[in-house]
Amino acid sequence: MIHNRLDEVFARCRKQQRAALVGYLTAGDPNPDTSAKLLDGLAGHVDIIEIGMPFSDPMADGPVIQAASERALAAGTHMSDVFNLVQHINDRHPETAIVLMGYANTPYAMGVEHFARQARMSGADGVLIVDLPPEEEDLLHTPLQQAGLHQIFLLAPTSSEKRIRLASEKATGFIYYVSLTGITGAEMGALDGVRKQCERIRHHANLPICVGFGIKTPEQARAVSEFADGVVVGSAFVAEIAGHAHDAAETLRARVVEKAKAIRQALEGHHGQR
Amino acid sequence: MNHDLPYSLEITHAPDSRGHFGTYGGRFAAETLMGPLSELESAFFSAWNDPTFQENRIALLKHYVGRPTPLYHAERLSKENGGAQIWLKREDLTHTGAHKINNTIGQGLLAHRMDKRRVIAETGAGQHGVATATVAAKLGMQCDVYMGREDVERQMPNVLRMRLLGANVIPVDSGTATLKDALNEALRDWVATCEDTFYIIGTVAGPHPYPLMVRQFHAVIGQEARAQMLEQAGCLPDVAVACVGGGSNAMGLFHPLRDDAVRLVAVEAAGTGLEREHAASLARGKPGILHGNLTYLLEDEEGQIQGTHSISAGLDYPGVGPELAAMLDAGELELEQATDEQALDAFRTLTATEGIIPALESSHALAAGLRIASQMSPDQHVLINLSGRGDKDMNTVFKALGWLEEAKR
Ligand SMILES: Cc1ncc(COP(=O)(O)O)c(C=O)c1O
Repeated sequence: MIHNRLDEVFARCRKQQRAALVGYLTAGDPNPDTSAKLLDGLAGHVDIIEIGMPFSDPMADGPVIQAASERALAAGTHMSDVFNLVQHINDRHPETAIVLMGYANTPYAMGVEHFARQARMSGADGVLIVDLPPEEEDLLHTPLQQAGLHQIFLLAPTSSEKRIRLASEKATGFIYYVSLTGITGAEMGALDGVRKQCERIRHHANLPICVGFGIKTPEQARAVSEFADGVVVGSAFVAEIAGHAHDAAETLRARVVEKAKAIRQALEGHHGQR
Repeated sequence: MNHDLPYSLEITHAPDSRGHFGTYGGRFAAETLMGPLSELESAFFSAWNDPTFQENRIALLKHYVGRPTPLYHAERLSKENGGAQIWLKREDLTHTGAHKINNTIGQGLLAHRMDKRRVIAETGAGQHGVATATVAAKLGMQCDVYMGREDVERQMPNVLRMRLLGANVIPVDSGTATLKDALNEALRDWVATCEDTFYIIGTVAGPHPYPLMVRQFHAVIGQEARAQMLEQAGCLPDVAVACVGGGSNAMGLFHPLRDDAVRLVAVEAAGTGLEREHAASLARGKPGILHGNLTYLLEDEEGQIQGTHSISAGLDYPGVGPELAAMLDAGELELEQATDEQALDAFRTLTATEGIIPALESSHALAAGLRIASQMSPDQHVLINLSGRGDKDMNTVFKALGWLEEAKR
């Protein structure tokens, strides 16, 4: 059984009777140097940081995160930079859990064993591959397991009872519930529906459930935290960089930190019911 | 069934239950699409086994598409070229002018059967977009077509045709603004709309069941050609040649000939040369995961998909159908390439010797087919899939020949 910082984060949040805050940024956006500062800023205010591996064809992402990938790649971000960034955050924020997020072709092209080793060595705790459903997970399962990394799966409004069971069996670390039928950055689904789906998943899964896609404001985060173990915010942070990519790194960092603080406050001022 | 067409409904060389052709294929899709893809898979098999669906489909292929398409013995071309007899499978004579409609009839009927009110498609050359818009008009469904900005510009006649047919053409600016990006954008649309929208993929790629389904809908090409060769030439061809973008016209031709002693030749776009810019994913790619399947891709060492180049928009794609990848590894395929220039030469040769204006995509198959035939003897036979007609390419060809400049002078 894998046990790492991710499990500790959820245990800690449970004790504090609050939902975990999960923040996403794309590695290398808008360039590797600035990205190091932004991730560092974000990591100080979230419980789990999701670090996106830029990909040329991010099919499940909306315009905001697509553009982040494009900026990162245009600035020459390579996987060595991504792992350096993970290492940097790991060194500076030993309590923040790190999840690497991306598309299947990235680990596949690197060689899955090599990828898993590098990810763990640089300090990642889990891996979430958007286009690697439980049906195809054998591609990564053993290497991640051997490296001690959690493999996180997504569930969506369109997931059947059978698929919820399948993902619950295969996932470790946590389950990521996609609150909407669509791509990242779209409008969040109706709260009631999201709550019902989370209850359905909880019925099958003995794992923390994080809800993401479409959560942008402190109010939304607080509402979701009433029934979820974690709240994922991505596009809203990335949007702080978009359109300002040429601002000084410190200015960008301040924007990201301010946003993270506001959401964090909403979660801390509000203790979940469980 | 009451028709006189040589169609077999048996599914041979099927992938495994999860859509893998050997190590390729599969279903690498976002979770949101996994349910809709399973639903599509069941709906496809249930329709395929339903005589009423097949009767409707075959009736449309016959009376609407104009099947069977002729098999034409290009005698003058064969003589001028020297060597083997050249036979052209005339997919250019289908309604809308390319093989693509075989597939959109099948998927369109399936969409209708599944009660979807809207269809979406990606398109490169615009032929698949036109074929989708056509079927949507005929079946009364709303239609949105994603097309890379670069392709919108070079295939303007097809863009206007789609609009005439009532489809909404959405230019795509992300990435390289060509076919792969149109596919990304169509997938993003479908993730959000799968409840009431059917995604008609235009080639034998994508997550399972698309590669299998599209192959089955195009198999009529090879089934007809096989029977026609036996009847008109008295034998099967020695070689069958098709161009490969995603691989739908190639699989349509090859699949029914796979168990015969016929050499199968896949022709990829060599663009300005294999050492320069091209779209030869089988020849120069390596296995990777894109658009829902594992297959040969043109990518850098970290898996970032590379830009491609071909004079023909329909071949300008960095991937290829997973079944072709598996066939290549199994030694069932021979690979050939044609450069932009060679395709243009073949385009002019066919036009001048037979009075047939081929699509630039098909001209790649012709270029390689003529080369192969010239090294064979006159009692041998080369079958070339003429996947489409060249009307859409007039502008590109005139430009390449410098005629537009000339006309201005
Ligand atoms: C006439 C024609 N031939 C070939 C192709 C290439 O597609 P495929 O490889 O799927 O047959 C296209 C695609 O647009 C086309 O329009």
